[in-house]
Amino acid sequence: MIKNSFFRAVMVAAGMLTAFVAATPATAEVTININKGNVQPLPIAVTDFLSNNELGPQISQVIAADLQRSGLFAPINKQAFIEKIADPNRTPRFEDWKVINAQALVTGRVTREGDGRLRAEFRLWDTYAGSQMTGQQFFTQPENWRRVAHIIADAIYKQITGENGYFDSRVVFVSESGPKNARQRNLAIMDQDGFNVRMLTNTKDIVLTPRFSPSRQEITYMSFEGNQPRVYLLQLETGQREVVGNFPGMTFSPRFSPDGQKVIMSLQQEGNSNIYTMDLRSRTTTRLTSTQAIDTSPSYAPDGGRIAFESDRGGRPQIYVMNADGSGQTRISFGDGSYSTPVWSPRGDLIAFTKQSGGKFSIGVMRPDGSGERILTSGFHNEGPTWAPNGRVLMFFRQAAGSGGPQLYSIDLTGYNELQIKTPSYASDPAWSPLLE
Amino acid sequence: MSRTDTPAMSRMQTLARNPAVIALTLALALAGCANKKNLPNNAGDLGLNGAGAATPGSQQDFTVNVGDRIFFDTDSTSIRADAQQTLDRQAQWLQRYPNYAITVEGHADERGTREYNLALGARRAAATKEYLASRGIPANRMKTISYGKERPVAVCDDISCWSQNRRAVTVLGGAGM
Repeated sequence: MIKNSFFRAVMVAAGMLTAFVAATPATAEVTININKGNVQPLPIAVTDFLSNNELGPQISQVIAADLQRSGLFAPINKQAFIEKIADPNRTPRFEDWKVINAQALVTGRVTREGDGRLRAEFRLWDTYAGSQMTGQQFFTQPENWRRVAHIIADAIYKQITGENGYFDSRVVFVSESGPKNARQRNLAIMDQDGFNVRMLTNTKDIVLTPRFSPSRQEITYMSFEGNQPRVYLLQLETGQREVVGNFPGMTFSPRFSPDGQKVIMSLQQEGNSNIYTMDLRSRTTTRLTSTQAIDTSPSYAPDGGRIAFESDRGGRPQIYVMNADGSGQTRISFGDGSYSTPVWSPRGDLIAFTKQSGGKFSIGVMRPDGSGERILTSGFHNEGPTWAPNGRVLMFFRQAAGSGGPQLYSIDLTGYNELQIKTPSYASDPAWSPLLE
Repeated sequence: MSRTDTPAMSRMQTLARNPAVIALTLALALAGCANKKNLPNNAGDLGLNGAGAATPGSQQDFTVNVGDRIFFDTDSTSIRADAQQTLDRQAQWLQRYPNYAITVEGHADERGTREYNLALGARRAAATKEYLASRGIPANRMKTISYGKERPVAVCDDISCWSQNRRAVTVLGGAGM
């Protein structure tokens, strides 16, 4: 089912390249302040990496595409380039790049090592300051060339924005095919840019809500296998599966704790659903909520101290926050309509949600105390936000009215730069991985 | 974060980005509320029945002559009056043919989130089971399962379909006795 080598930790060795240009004052460096809502994308020239095959241009293309999709960079068309980079280690002719308004310049080279490994090196230049901002090299197996490109794009993003990137990450999702009244669902995984899609299951059972472990190559999800809807763990490297706990009813809506040691989920008994955790080492279960209502969609704060969840104890679904031991359950959503699927940002500062109001489904964010609600996108049906590892971008699924099925989209925290992530078939329930190790 | 008051920053123009990047989304104008009249209340109404009379006590008899499903209002789990009639017929039939175990499947329409609808479907199945129990069907003949919004029978994107998908279906032979 799963190709083992794909999930094995990719050995990417990294090293710094020394600057050839005398260090110029750091104050001259080109930057993007990504806290501003409407950033004019930074014009950047990503030159083809030198290589004796197609790999150089391909790596450059992946880097440029990552930077462009972030909405913070505007890669310049290669046709406009004046200087042809013959040696990526030599100081470029900055005037040639300034004249085409390239504020930053990326040069690089890909070569094969004697042991067959790929060596990719790049330099990021500040054209106006006339200096190298960073230079790094990576060694990896040739089949991981896309990953190296994502790692380089992350390095560029971090150097210029001052924040961690998110390009070297994956998304697990539910791949949907067939007509709506006979839909087949399987789990799939892909790189965050939609490439390298691989199916994780091949089943006629309904599988839903996959979520990444923060610490292992493992996901938790829900399956209707054997007509017993329950929460499972799936090891990505081995394909091994196991049921989480031995509960006397349907378990659903699972998610890992930030340390990866617990799964938090809902247990349905008769008409009610309450929230439980199971410790994966001791196998002990703990009940956190106890209502005659539907309590579901639990999501830990990144420090593990609090949990956001959804409950209709007040009549309609609303978002609540409680302490990790279940104490102090407090409603935080008070706007029009109902609020579902709270997901705590990896930065801890915001909770994303699905909102239903006036016949529309929206994706929004609010602070953990319920203040500062902002709607990022709204329409016929938008559902199930998930955060990029740097907490700057959200992915969700959308089903347009009259369409055959759902598709994945991403949007900036600012509400700008909405993009579709193209998948081979209909797709729902995206869950973003942490940055890969 | 970023280093401010640098010459480089002055090159970073901040201007209002074109709001056109936010895709326009279609909002379907919804009817105010569900029309509770004329809703199909059994498979026969839905045109699922075959021609001719079903053998008494058969699966077809149950589906066509009794009615294997009931419908719910939006976000509701209460058993409507029309649904009570269907469940009363189901209870009579199940008492007459005591060899059948049943599974009550709870379903939701697609106008909710996946997780909540799983719980909502479970609540509808539980309410249905409870009603049948109150009409004398032993609990050990009945199981429940929720499919949330994952198994719609009607596939259009308006209320005419959603009202058919908010349902509890009594499936014969689904439970171990």
